[in-house]
Amino acid sequence: MSRILLRVATGLTLGFLYLPLFVIGLYAFNNSRAQSWPIQEYSLKWFGEAAASTSVRDAFVLSVTVGLEATLLALLLGSLVSLAVHRFRFFGRGALSLALVLPIALPGIITGMALNASFHNFGVPFGTLTIIVGHATFCVVVVYNNVIARLRRSSKSIEEASMDLGADTWQTFRHVTFPVLRTAIVAAALLAFALSFDEIIVTTFTAGTQETIPIWILNHLRLPNQRPIVNVVALGLILLSVIPVYFAQRLSSDTSGAAAINR
Amino acid sequence: MTTPELARPRGNRRIFGWLHRHPRVKLGALLVVPAGWFGVIYFGSLALLFAYAFWSLDPQTGEVVKQFTLANFQRILEKPVYGTIVIRTVAVAAIVTVVDALIAFPIAYYMARVASPRRRALLFMSILLPLWASYLVKTYAWRILLAPNGPFDWGFKLFGFDGFSDIFGISDLSMTVVFIYIWLPYMILPIYAGLERIPNSYLEASADLGAKGGPTFRRVVLPLAMPALVAGSIFTFSLTLGDYIIPALVSNTQFIGNVVFASQGVAGDIPFAAAYSLVPVGIMAIYLLVARHFGAFDEL
Repeated sequence: MSRILLRVATGLTLGFLYLPLFVIGLYAFNNSRAQSWPIQEYSLKWFGEAAASTSVRDAFVLSVTVGLEATLLALLLGSLVSLAVHRFRFFGRGALSLALVLPIALPGIITGMALNASFHNFGVPFGTLTIIVGHATFCVVVVYNNVIARLRRSSKSIEEASMDLGADTWQTFRHVTFPVLRTAIVAAALLAFALSFDEIIVTTFTAGTQETIPIWILNHLRLPNQRPIVNVVALGLILLSVIPVYFAQRLSSDTSGAAAINR
Repeated sequence: MTTPELARPRGNRRIFGWLHRHPRVKLGALLVVPAGWFGVIYFGSLALLFAYAFWSLDPQTGEVVKQFTLANFQRILEKPVYGTIVIRTVAVAAIVTVVDALIAFPIAYYMARVASPRRRALLFMSILLPLWASYLVKTYAWRILLAPNGPFDWGFKLFGFDGFSDIFGISDLSMTVVFIYIWLPYMILPIYAGLERIPNSYLEASADLGAKGGPTFRRVVLPLAMPALVAGSIFTFSLTLGDYIIPALVSNTQFIGNVVFASQGVAGDIPFAAAYSLVPVGIMAIYLLVARHFGAFDEL
């Protein structure tokens, strides 16, 4: 009896979670400019319009640029910290891992407002660079979590074996540690990119007049004649924020450290 | 093999060998860039935010006057509207947290204790994907769902109920529903992880001692799941507290974030925006202290 109730609750909750995503998917194919339900006729025409719009293309290029550069920075910073925290005991070790979580644990307006105040104070012009700095800051924790989880699961003895066989620190890192970490780093990069691509709150405080894809949607969704294009861009944004996560999840759960080094 | 190719690894070898013998230097090399980034850019900015809160804006010139003043905080305390906005924001964050916990518990329990491993993995992915699906698009999708002549309005009209979009539409109720929807996965996943860790033997022991489903749930499962529940609540509470997009898109009311955003943007009053943004920092500090008491930090 209680199991049936649990099943029903689970089904309803899943329905609740997916209904809005499903509806936005349908509306992207709505032929009409009017947004009333039920949809009378489906078409692909707004996809062409969205692809032809210069403001959408500019926003897309900016989002991809910011996403890639913030991801690269986050990979560098996050991997370095996770190696340091995993290998060494040092003063402030606990505080450091807390510091990495803060940019996403604190409400987004605080990270955004702090960076905004700081850029303003030092006269840094708002633009692509300031967006990247903000995004890299909150993406580090994703990389750190993935890489340190892999480091903790992989055994230290394979590195010791490598050293015993005469490899130096660099060779051990290059041929043993890095292959173990590789899939975790790829997964982290996918997650960091997805996080950056979709972020809006911190971005609104650091972007100035620049439009990333989420800001483009925010600026256009109230304009009735832009709604069909907004729907298409919205569907694109859902796919671009979900597909990387799907692959990242596959990578981090399927491949253990030992399996990675066997290849 | 030419000489440069041989020379490079040798140089590397010397550097890495030396680093291996001096682990503190190696640690320093690993940490200097990340510690610099977080220490200077992030904590520097937070410190500056704190400083700005005690500075003021010259009303004539529009320039920031870098002299200590409590004027911003006086304004927050004296104008009732700022207090009302804080209370509203905290109240909605609390309601969202409680409702999310109630919705999340059954599905998390099903995933952790009833579903087969295969189905559990599938459900995990089914919760994870909506969590990551664009936050803004999900909010926008609710605007479409709740709009006059939208899917919900149409559905209620089928049953002869015409007033749907008067009640929902752009309103505080809609805003609360959207918050509940958006942060729900952030509550489900920690509770699931917490429930999954409870050993079966505990439940068997409880049953052996004569407890039925209800008492076992109340006296064994719930206390053991409490840290995970509180961990989930940190997300739902903090994320609602710091949001301003959802109130702007599906309601006509203001949250703390709306005031902060408008103050730094339209009004150009960064000192006041900084001061008001310290209010959620203070609230979260208290919340995190209470959460730590429940052991929630081990679950994050």
